[in-house]
Amino acid sequence: MNDVIKRSAAEIARGVSAKNVSALEVTEAALARVDEVDDRLGCYLTRLHDLARHYARRVDERVAAGETLPLAGVPVAIKDNMCLLGTRTTAASKILEHWIAPYTATAVQRVLDAGAVPIGKANLDEFAMGSSCENSALGVTRNPFDLKRVPGGSSGGSAAAVASFEAAIGLGSDTGGSIREPGAFCNVVGFKPTYGRVSRYGLIAFASSLDQIGPLTRTVEDAALAYDAMAGHDPMDSTSIDRDVEPAASGLREDLKGVRVGIVKEFITAKLGPEIDALYKRAYEELAGLGAELVEVSLPTADYGLATYYLIAPAECSSNLARFDGVRYGLRVDGADVGQMYEQTRAAGFGPEVKRRILIGTYALSSGYYDAYYVKAQKARTMFAQDFRKAFERCDLIAAPAASSPAFEFDSKSDPYSMYMMDYYTIPMSLAGLPALSVPCGYAGTPALPMGLQLAAPLFEEAKLLSAAHAYERATAYAAKAAPAV
Amino acid sequence: MASEKIDVRYVAKLARIALSEDEAERFGEQLGDLLEHVNVLSELETSAVPATAQVVESKNVERADEAGACLDRETVLSMAPQRQGAFFRVPRIIGEP
Repeated sequence: MNDVIKRSAAEIARGVSAKNVSALEVTEAALARVDEVDDRLGCYLTRLHDLARHYARRVDERVAAGETLPLAGVPVAIKDNMCLLGTRTTAASKILEHWIAPYTATAVQRVLDAGAVPIGKANLDEFAMGSSCENSALGVTRNPFDLKRVPGGSSGGSAAAVASFEAAIGLGSDTGGSIREPGAFCNVVGFKPTYGRVSRYGLIAFASSLDQIGPLTRTVEDAALAYDAMAGHDPMDSTSIDRDVEPAASGLREDLKGVRVGIVKEFITAKLGPEIDALYKRAYEELAGLGAELVEVSLPTADYGLATYYLIAPAECSSNLARFDGVRYGLRVDGADVGQMYEQTRAAGFGPEVKRRILIGTYALSSGYYDAYYVKAQKARTMFAQDFRKAFERCDLIAAPAASSPAFEFDSKSDPYSMYMMDYYTIPMSLAGLPALSVPCGYAGTPALPMGLQLAAPLFEEAKLLSAAHAYERATAYAAKAAPAV
Repeated sequence: MASEKIDVRYVAKLARIALSEDEAERFGEQLGDLLEHVNVLSELETSAVPATAQVVESKNVERADEAGACLDRETVLSMAPQRQGAFFRVPRIIGEP
């Protein structure tokens, strides 16, 4: 492996900007790394060697012309539910297996404009529905720290690509934990900004009121750089927030003096076993050691998160995925009439988890059940937002687990609900739209595997959140204590 | 909240997904299990709580009614499963075949 691709995105961008290394050299090193390990890891569904070289040459030209590019030459993995003009964009589904994106997602365009180089389209759970990447219809992604285990999901390909040096930034999307959990499983930083901060234009919709794009990176500084490039209003997304973005990368702190960190009393880590309980207690003490004041806060609704989420997200998914009907794009299976064509196309094109969620959502929205399920869940969602507002009167940030276990083995969660439980700690923040991230906080289990600490902040407080995570990362440096197995 | 057994075939019909015998049985069971889990929501007292569709403040977004750039017709039609000239071709939807 050429060591240039082991550098952080910030270091690569500085090196390319200073012309110490060219974007093309970095790109060739990343592509060689992909060729070396990706047959074993399966991070990418589509490798973009030619396009990557094309972009790299353009970056070198732009740098030579004197442009300042904050992500100059940084290799990026793009989750395959985001459009990139002219490339296959599948959502890891058979229904879109051969679809070529006719435009580029705003978030993708912004990182490319900032000088990033697209290396490939990364694997995910089909339509981002899952917590392990096992729901991908198009490929298996393995955890770089233990190939017998899942990388997490749904942004598992992006997380694994960053962990294994096949990219320095992975673009992911998070609906209920899909950036934070794979971040934790793969020993990288996974950051979900406030809902609406990053445009969803060109992101294949799963649950529109929850979906949010964010970066997976090896350092918090890199997450801040990627966020600074992507965040901000986009007229192409009517839910994109029209408000100034405070730059995050330039103001990262080294301590937590004066920061009140809330520990949620309902998140009882003792339930996760003595080893993980001790690990999270140590993480909270480490925050205190950096000057933070720990305060107990309450989320009385914590135990209702999964139920709320697994009504709202499937309801929105059943509506969003109605567009896949075999008429305008994607798979079509012929039938005797148009109704049969729809039914056969969707039967053949969607995998089991997607079908399950469409069915749940259709049921929850159907006549006679709408108030009892969907409206009830939307009311519960209000309570989550209220509970968090109350909690944030007493603290500036909240610390919690990012996942309830380290990465698990393939096929070990056959009951859908046990898989849904993986998102227990990340869903509440999603329901409230809060910015939240996962940062490496140690290792647990046999073999010892990465764990993540989740930090969450009030709406729009991304800069404060990243700053605190940076202080924690600097002081603890857990990610550096293990190397991927490939 | 409802506790009756789900008619999974009826729901699948609404969702326009053909199910095999095996899927109907499996999904029926799994949906029943999931609904038992989500029924815990009935414990929450929500009569005075308004529903939230989206947590971050939002307002209706309008723009001037002016033609702008759009996707190229040929690019879009080139991905149609079946086309006829400038049209998407679909099975007959009106009248007897």
